[in-house]
Amino acid sequence: MQATTSAESISRIRADVNRRKVLDQLFVMLGLLVMFSALLMLAVLFIDLVREGAPRLNLDFLGSFPSRKPERAGILSAWVGTSLIMLTTAAITMPIGVAAAIYLEEYAPKNWVTAIIEINVTNLAGVPSIIYGLLALGLFVYQFNLGQSILTAGLTLSLLILPIVIVATREALRAVPRPIREAAYALGATRWEVTAHHVLPYSMGGILTGMIIGLSRAIGETAPLITIGALSFIAFLPQSPFTAEFPFVSFTWLKDSYTAMPIQMFNWVSRPDPEFQVNAAAAGAILLGMTLLMNGIAIWLRYRFRKRINW
Amino acid sequence: MQTRLATPRPAIGTGRESAPAEHVTVKSRAEDLSFYYGSVQALKGLNIEMREKRVTALIGPSGCGKTTFLRCFNRMHDLTPGTRYEGRIMLYPDDFDLIAKHVDPIEVRMRIGMVFQKPNPFPKTIFENVAYGLRVRGLRSNARVEEEVEKALRRAAIWDEVKDRLDSSGLSLSGGQQQRLCIARALATNPEILLFDEPTSALDPIATARIEELIAELRDQVTVIIVTHNMQQAARVSDYTAFMYLGELIEFDVTSKLFTNPSKKATEDYITGRYG
Repeated sequence: MQATTSAESISRIRADVNRRKVLDQLFVMLGLLVMFSALLMLAVLFIDLVREGAPRLNLDFLGSFPSRKPERAGILSAWVGTSLIMLTTAAITMPIGVAAAIYLEEYAPKNWVTAIIEINVTNLAGVPSIIYGLLALGLFVYQFNLGQSILTAGLTLSLLILPIVIVATREALRAVPRPIREAAYALGATRWEVTAHHVLPYSMGGILTGMIIGLSRAIGETAPLITIGALSFIAFLPQSPFTAEFPFVSFTWLKDSYTAMPIQMFNWVSRPDPEFQVNAAAAGAILLGMTLLMNGIAIWLRYRFRKRINW
Repeated sequence: MQTRLATPRPAIGTGRESAPAEHVTVKSRAEDLSFYYGSVQALKGLNIEMREKRVTALIGPSGCGKTTFLRCFNRMHDLTPGTRYEGRIMLYPDDFDLIAKHVDPIEVRMRIGMVFQKPNPFPKTIFENVAYGLRVRGLRSNARVEEEVEKALRRAAIWDEVKDRLDSSGLSLSGGQQQRLCIARALATNPEILLFDEPTSALDPIATARIEELIAELRDQVTVIIVTHNMQQAARVSDYTAFMYLGELIEFDVTSKLFTNPSKKATEDYITGRYG
């Protein structure tokens, strides 16, 4: 408008920029404050659990069955049970969740039926977990006669995390750019070839992340397991998945009864003897550690896959 | 500008194009081709012939339908719901209507290759990028695949640059190299027609020049249809040029003729930069 290079006008511009940047910095501080208070809360919780459970945090605790005497009680059956349930849940959820997501994202025609299915999948993620427990009790335990088994627990937790896995997988599939799909189609690939050779491998990082986030939700679930009848006192292990004779693997453990980490904790917390509170805290610290470890693996996987593929 | 445009590309002066109609066979012919996105008509009754082993350029202002037309040739529109073709696109010598309802788009894409606007190599190795089309076609013998990959990379003039790193990612190449890799990928399957959709619009001038050289070399081997909104590029690389406007074919002629002596007023206005 005018010759604005005078010293006065430059200092006016600077003053103006500085004034506006104050707001910017204010937001940075607010953001850091909020983030650190969330992290601090988690850290305090974890440290508190570790401190309270410290006397019991040793290998004996991991290697002993539950007992009526608090100082001899351990979580062997609980962590083995939790591990086997997670394995079962993962084995059921991965194929179903990924297949459902692929169908919805790559194959389903865009009409009102698909729209309703999509809305429902998203809504299912918000259904209280005890509802899944009731459903599983009626369906798996009584209708299908699967009993109070590891298989029932795996199926129940699968139902619970399927919506999470489907939504996460769809997002990962959607992140594969359209030009990449077009390149494969233009070479004469069928829809299945485009999906299997390109879309799926390129989105594997996101899919595995979603899977692990789903599992770390499932690992802490207590209510549905209580509903379907997890036992809280088990002094034996499920049958080993490995056998001495051919074919060296066995699936009889799927039909065994079980207990799980959160169930064991719940049981100890509800006991009057304060000694058991120490056990509960120690088990809680280990459960939290398992969850953090799984999330850590998810972050690492995402990093690995992102490094290899940057569009 | 105008004088540069008016200078015919050297290849036109080689004599091969002096009497194109006699020697050149027709590879493909669009007959009354219309195309709809839902209720919007994007192409309005096009009639045009693509000559075999010649380069045909499609030019015209943005939104004139040139890319839409190009993507009819390999049925790319079938990936978008709610699109509809009318008319025919015949492929010769076997009198095959590409857009007939009963024709599987995959069969069409097995015969007609495409290079896109932005280089889009797969996040796989250079070798696997080129080999992919062969693998889709069921070629299993590793020796044959290797042989074909090398041939395609040589034809795309990128062999010397990548022969020592066929196992590194296609994404590790520069933009211009990526585009030549994509050309090699399309060439590996020996397409009858190769479609280029503004292949240099994302590249710098040097990479652009290399791609143009490459297209000029390909002329003897494959029928090329290229969309470009760079008129100098059309003048440099093509034997024939079609000028499109608002979904219609305004003029189609030998490139040198169209750029020096257009018969339609709209063509002249466009190539002299009066609109577009």
